[in-house]
Amino acid sequence: MATLHTRTSARYMMAPAVLLLLAWMLIPLGMTLYFSFLRYNLLMPGMEEWTGFLNYKYFLTDPAFDDALINTLLLVGGTLLITVIGGTLLALMLDQPFFGRGIVRLMVIAPFFVMPTVSALVWKNMLMHPVYGLFAWLAKSVGLPPVDWLAQVPLLSVIMIVSWQWLPFATLILLTAMQSLDEEQKEAAEMDGAGAISRFIYIVVPHLARAITVVILIETIFLLSVFAEILVTTNGGPGTQSTNITYLVYSLALLQFDVGGASAGGIVAVILANIVAIFLIRMIGKNLDR
Amino acid sequence: MGNIRLENVKKAFGDAIVIPDLDLEIENGEFVVFVGPSGCGKSTLLRLIAGLEDVTGGKIWINGRDATGEAPASRGLAMVFQTYALYPHMSVYKNIAFPLKMAGMDKKAIDDKVRGAAETLNLTDFLHRRPGQLSGGQRQRVAIGRAIVREPKAFLFDEPLSNLDAALRVAMRLEISELHHQLKTTMIYVTHDQVEAMTMADKIVVLRAGIIEQVGSPLDLYRSPRNRFVAGFIGSPKMNFVEGDKAAKRDAYAIGIRPEHMTLSTDDGQWPGTVRVSEHLGSDTFLHVDVEGAGMMTVRSDGDVPIDHGVRVFLTPDEAKLHRFDADGKAL
Repeated sequence: MATLHTRTSARYMMAPAVLLLLAWMLIPLGMTLYFSFLRYNLLMPGMEEWTGFLNYKYFLTDPAFDDALINTLLLVGGTLLITVIGGTLLALMLDQPFFGRGIVRLMVIAPFFVMPTVSALVWKNMLMHPVYGLFAWLAKSVGLPPVDWLAQVPLLSVIMIVSWQWLPFATLILLTAMQSLDEEQKEAAEMDGAGAISRFIYIVVPHLARAITVVILIETIFLLSVFAEILVTTNGGPGTQSTNITYLVYSLALLQFDVGGASAGGIVAVILANIVAIFLIRMIGKNLDR
Repeated sequence: MGNIRLENVKKAFGDAIVIPDLDLEIENGEFVVFVGPSGCGKSTLLRLIAGLEDVTGGKIWINGRDATGEAPASRGLAMVFQTYALYPHMSVYKNIAFPLKMAGMDKKAIDDKVRGAAETLNLTDFLHRRPGQLSGGQRQRVAIGRAIVREPKAFLFDEPLSNLDAALRVAMRLEISELHHQLKTTMIYVTHDQVEAMTMADKIVVLRAGIIEQVGSPLDLYRSPRNRFVAGFIGSPKMNFVEGDKAAKRDAYAIGIRPEHMTLSTDDGQWPGTVRVSEHLGSDTFLHVDVEGAGMMTVRSDGDVPIDHGVRVFLTPDEAKLHRFDADGKAL
């Protein structure tokens, strides 16, 4: 957009969309902020009154909050670790020519299209179930006692389910990045005496650095708000072992009917997400600048 | 030391045969240029020598050792790619040091060698830049630097100048020739540009469809091409070919005469014609003449010939420098 005129008219054209989006964001945020300062419980209708920061005090001193915070970080970190490393290896495999590559690629990408509730149900009932599950059958067939995944290692189970869903995304992004690597660069490295492993470490991984940061950024945004998988499988339990902040806010609002406290939790979650975002953007900014 | 011998080398990609059967001897210290039109298999041949492609049949000998099945790295050859193939995330220093690091050399020795190479190639000021911050010619020099630090038995160049602009190409051509005189290492150079071939080579290998049409020194090929293809490919502007009665008069199916081997006159000569286009280059003038009964011909003349479009001229070929070909295109 070259001239002043086109720039001004472009602004007018964009204005409705921008205003709509802004309202869409600001009104819920404003309402949540307002509710977070009220004593607002659905079991006591008409008793709302201003309580200042009391909701925040209760939320932050709730022992469940500490658990939820740690669980959230473990869930995000663990899933990122699995999807980035697994995605790189899968992409490396799918980049090689082999028989039936097209079909395999399609199948690897498939989990991404399954909705979270469905995949969580499949994992819960068909894979992780201590009686009917595939894992239990595998364990029994080698003579081991079956593991009750969702009861014994609930957070790990949730991490596995979420990783399974996000692995295709990481694989897809990293595969396209890998395919954009100049063939001559690999050949040059081969001529320079680099073996397959050195080529991977010195040529492929640095080439993937950008794609990996993009994967981390996008996944973090979505992983901070994982909810359906927990609701369907563990309901945040046992105790708070698989409760993340999103689930904690849900349970405050819709299980304990404490709208005020849940709103305070929501605002805390927004602040935490922003702290994570600042770190991420800094890290990624450094990586993307090159 | 770096003599390379190709023995009955064959290469096919599936059903497509790129190189049917090829024998070639490259002497130690020679500057050999593979030249030919695109798709003639010259790059494939270079990649076969490098080991980046496997031969379908035949043997490759390097220094008298059978290298046919060897990995690229153990053949002791270095290659400069058309796109330079520098590692974008490494500095110039690390790019040049990479092959040495892979060879497991210690840091001190690497440092000496990299700085030595940088000195030779005028790269000392750029050692800490990344390839993205360099110009095309500098990148080319880094690629050469990465090749020379390995002290290879032979250098392989795959159209290294085709991504440079015209002026830089001439300058780099000189630099590579000079490097060859300095290092006296065998160099194999692939190009489709016959000017590069003529100016740099000790020995030119003209390829067409995977077959060697002729091997010889630049002037050999220029003076006595073995067939019509080589005659047309070597020399710029191209040789003029005439078929029909003008050729029959000289007992040939076709005759060829280079633009520089004809004399131009405005009043008398063997072949009358009309000038269609005249290109004044300053030092020379190239006239495209529509010769009666022979079609378009190109003739070279002095720089200050005042002839332009539409002028009637006469061309007289220098009979001693005329090439005669039979119906199969072979020189007579």
